[in-house]
Amino acid sequence: MKFDATTFKLTEFKSVQKRSLIIGILGLLVTAVGYFINTDQFFFSYLIAYLFWVSIALGALFFVLLFHLTGTIWGVAIRRILETLIKILPILAVFFIPILFGVHHLYHWSHVADVATDPILSKKVGYLNIPFFAIRTAFYFGIWYLIAQKLYKTSIVMDSGATIDQIQKLRKISAPSMIIFALTTTFASFDWIMSLYPHWYSTIFGLYFFSGGLVGVLGFMIYFGLYLNKRGVMNEIITVEHYHNLATFTFGFIIFWGYMAFSQYLLIWYANIPEETIFYLQRSQGTWSILNKTLVIGHFAIPFVGLLTRNSKRNFTYLKYMALFILAMHWIDLYWVVMPTLHKTGIKFSIFDLTSLIGIGGIFMWLFWTQFGKHAITPYRDPKFMKSVKHEVPYS
Amino acid sequence: MNNRKSEGILAEFENPAELIHAAEKLRDANYNDFDCHSPFPIHGMDRAMGEKRSILGWIVGPVAFIMAIFGFLFEGWTSVIAYPLVISGKPLFSYPAFGVVAFALMILFSAFTSLFGMLALNKLPRYHHPVFYSDNFSKVSDNGFFVSIEATDAKYADDDAKNFLISIGGKNIEFLIDND
Repeated sequence: MKFDATTFKLTEFKSVQKRSLIIGILGLLVTAVGYFINTDQFFFSYLIAYLFWVSIALGALFFVLLFHLTGTIWGVAIRRILETLIKILPILAVFFIPILFGVHHLYHWSHVADVATDPILSKKVGYLNIPFFAIRTAFYFGIWYLIAQKLYKTSIVMDSGATIDQIQKLRKISAPSMIIFALTTTFASFDWIMSLYPHWYSTIFGLYFFSGGLVGVLGFMIYFGLYLNKRGVMNEIITVEHYHNLATFTFGFIIFWGYMAFSQYLLIWYANIPEETIFYLQRSQGTWSILNKTLVIGHFAIPFVGLLTRNSKRNFTYLKYMALFILAMHWIDLYWVVMPTLHKTGIKFSIFDLTSLIGIGGIFMWLFWTQFGKHAITPYRDPKFMKSVKHEVPYS
Repeated sequence: MNNRKSEGILAEFENPAELIHAAEKLRDANYNDFDCHSPFPIHGMDRAMGEKRSILGWIVGPVAFIMAIFGFLFEGWTSVIAYPLVISGKPLFSYPAFGVVAFALMILFSAFTSLFGMLALNKLPRYHHPVFYSDNFSKVSDNGFFVSIEATDAKYADDDAKNFLISIGGKNIEFLIDND
């Protein structure tokens, strides 16, 4: 992989692109075997892997919108990586098709006979039915496509000379898009995850999913940036100052995640209403209680203390492992939310959990590299670009 | 009037770039008790002046930690030992509820420590500073860039300091002497 410092484009990245595709196809093939061995396990593993990658792309969408709205300076240098992620977000709709086929394996509310005898579910049937479920998902991806397309295209046009109109346009798009993003992400998490337990509800659940995605995309950005730097790409553009800021954001959103998780828990625990506490009751059965503690310590305490000091945010080796750790925790978080529906008595890891993650991840990265190589990998004609490169985090 | 000791020396510089260079030279000449004054913050000034990182974080951190633990234990003590009341059928030691109090106390005392620690480390509040003896200094809130060296500096001697400030390009040099 090489970096052309005049056009700001990647060259010779075909091998890593091809490797991603091969890993992705192999991963998905092995996962497909799972369909014939253990169909339920296959669909649940697939759903978790799918949510993992979609949540990362959604987190990227949030950050692009946030960058345009706040008029960030430091973030300009890394913006194109995030923009590439949002550009491939709508393509992930294709991976939702298997979930539609497996809707009877995943979602209890799709069994019409059970719903008819269930007084609560029969009242929810107007919302929770297969056609509307599919339409809603198509609608979310359609909206995300429109937003992503506008933001990405305008940013690419700016590569051949930016005007004030484009910057204003990006900001004008971002403000309503942020509201739409919040609503669609919330409802997507309700549909895809919360409806796994159709009796249960939690109004904060959308924020919980969203905060996990933010932590995920920050882990991705830190790891991916270091990956590029190690190969001599953009070493003078993404500097220690940018990692410092990314790590600060990670620190902040780790707290945000903890805040959401704890708020959800505290209110349910305090009110002690059976239809709400069922969620936590399921997760304290057998070995699931291990994951409860793992999340409190691994998804909150360790990154919180581990990213507290300035030195820890500026140490590349340390950040790399911290980013991987956070990504692993994000996956465990999704696993903990989704999987107890299937394995009620305790944790039962399956090989398909891993292969589906790698499979979708491989294709995801293949799409990413394909898109990433097409244009300059940093918005180098953005008026704030040089300021961003020279950005420094002051002593605090 | 002239037999009063000067409490420091003040020199004016043309622009922020010169002020930064002056700060670097003062730093390299091992002056410690000097300060730069400008109408707006100048990037890189902390490094030019050789300022070390503030130790405030190391004060706030332990305070936050201690207060979080204190909040947790205090809440535990009130609900288990001092006033053991059963509330909504929950155990006396209902630790999820204590988290909120512990968190709030941690934030509150971190904020207090940050604010008052900052003031204490900056030796604030203070009523007066020798630079205010100078009439010229009032430009600092508009278009003036100043360096002041205080007489408390170990290296400070009136003539040396004056010659040094002239050599690094200081203008309108004046000793800061109580004149009322």
